[in-house]
Amino acid sequence: MLSRNWKTFAVVGLVVLGALLPVLIRNPYFLSVIMISYTWAIAVYGMNVLLGYTGQLSLAQAGFFGIGAYTVGVLTVTYEMSFWISLVAAVVLSSAVGFVVGLFALRTRNEYFAIFTLGVGIVIFLVIEKWESVTGGRLGLIGVPYPEPLTELSHLYYLIFAFLLLTIYVVASISRSLVGRGFVAIRNSEDLARATGINVGTNKQLAFVISTGLAGLAGALYAPNIGFLGPAIANVPITFNMLLYLLVGGLGSLSGPLVGALLVATLQQFLQQFQEYQLVIFGPILVILIIFFPSGLAGLWHRIGNRLASRRAGSHTEESEGEEEPTKMTPTKETR
Amino acid sequence: MSLFFQQLINGISLGSVYGLVALGLTLVFGVLRIPNFSHGALYMVGAYVTYFSLTSFGLPYIVAIAISAVVLAGMGVVLERLVFHPLRDMPHTHAMIGSIGVLLFLTSGAQLLFGADFRRLKSPLEGSISLFGIGINQQRLLVIVTSLVVMAGLYLFLKKTVPGQTIEAIEQDRVGASLVGIDANRVSMMTFAISAALAAVAASLVAPINLISPTMGDVVNLKAFAIIILGGMGSVPGAIIGGFALALAETFGSTYVSSDFGELVGFLFLVVVLAIRPSGLFSKGV
Repeated sequence: MLSRNWKTFAVVGLVVLGALLPVLIRNPYFLSVIMISYTWAIAVYGMNVLLGYTGQLSLAQAGFFGIGAYTVGVLTVTYEMSFWISLVAAVVLSSAVGFVVGLFALRTRNEYFAIFTLGVGIVIFLVIEKWESVTGGRLGLIGVPYPEPLTELSHLYYLIFAFLLLTIYVVASISRSLVGRGFVAIRNSEDLARATGINVGTNKQLAFVISTGLAGLAGALYAPNIGFLGPAIANVPITFNMLLYLLVGGLGSLSGPLVGALLVATLQQFLQQFQEYQLVIFGPILVILIIFFPSGLAGLWHRIGNRLASRRAGSHTEESEGEEEPTKMTPTKETR
Repeated sequence: MSLFFQQLINGISLGSVYGLVALGLTLVFGVLRIPNFSHGALYMVGAYVTYFSLTSFGLPYIVAIAISAVVLAGMGVVLERLVFHPLRDMPHTHAMIGSIGVLLFLTSGAQLLFGADFRRLKSPLEGSISLFGIGINQQRLLVIVTSLVVMAGLYLFLKKTVPGQTIEAIEQDRVGASLVGIDANRVSMMTFAISAALAAVAASLVAPINLISPTMGDVVNLKAFAIIILGGMGSVPGAIIGGFALALAETFGSTYVSSDFGELVGFLFLVVVLAIRPSGLFSKGV
């Protein structure tokens, strides 16, 4: 892999590039496409904590995204409250609902967990769709305002960008911490993790709440960005979309969610006239990725990097850095 | 009272369709331990195959259903080979994600080929007969009778024939079954074929009552999951009983409470059951 200096350099470069984007891209449509990709990326980071690190497939992610979006929508449109309070409320509410759901959902394992969360996702979607007096039902909510002092698209861009950076920082810190290693241990083998003294229940619950909280945050940022909310954003196909972003970018990698969301969500936006048919291509891509490249683009990049490094260093192969390690699903030795 | 009996018949005919769909899902789960999220999409494709056999080739309804079952059985085998076989030794999440990929492909593929609009499948049995003073739609009777015949046939196949018993053997103990010379690969392919064929039959039977569209399988698929959790994942009698139970709850729920409630009841049930018993009702302790 690349040396640490080089890496810091690349990260700083990317952040600067991200910060300059509103200046570089004059077309508001392109900028808003990138902003949408960022919000998806935040939700996908949440999914990655749960699926990529902890190995639990939740199909309710879009539901929690919807809770976040609708909290902001209802509070700002109907009750004319400040965006910032609504944002906090959205994250708190989605995490709280996630906590309660997690108490029950995490008693189930493997397939049952996926099916249970699928059921939860549908119930959340149906509640949003049917609770017309609050959510506006199928018609949705129109006119979610910009956050208070912000007036321009580029302002909103910086807001979303800042939250994206914060998300990445938090997820990176978690993945490097003992807690993150606990998550990975659970993914590799729940029984083994338990045997080594990791509290599996608490750790899974924590991962679940983090993932739902991030989904709620993403939804909260989505609301003013689009300005309109319909119940479809909480429906299961959105979860499948997020899954696609995560798989393309790389399951269990730090860069994966951002790379996947930027690449695929942007592609989807530009292929919008083929919206119904996109999945004819993306469905098989999902299958091919999960069979042949479960670690996605991040894993591919890592493999290329390794090959280059080993070529440079002859037979000597360098140690890889913890957080960019592609997902090895076979039980690996955990240093505790 | 006549409304009650009317709804009872409707519930039973819906339940026999649910039962067939859930049977396919539960068989695949029993053998491969995969919750096949693409099962509803196979159901949808089955309806389209029957539709085109009827409209483009003018075949009789029953022949069209049989053709659809055979075509879907072939598709099931192909899917097993292409997608689920390569994923068999990977973590359980991978096979689930693979099946979601298949679901997306089939649904949008159908949309591309056939368009998003609803189609009506004309059944040869349009009339209704009068029984105990209530009119019963003939198609609903056909649904009930055919489903029961198919279920009985499947039961005999699983219990009385050697290939059928190999399915149960693999379900009970994969390694043990392999040791006594059962080819697990062949059983997997066979199970997928049966599962897809059952979905095709169910969809073809219900198509004249409901409408055909690329998304017709989505909701049914979720209900089938609720059913097999209720009946115990992998359990054949559980799938049938669960199918009838859910259908009756839905039909009477939407008649006597509200249609929204009828729509929600399955998922609420699923969530409540799993919250109380995390491994499902009647689970065999997997």
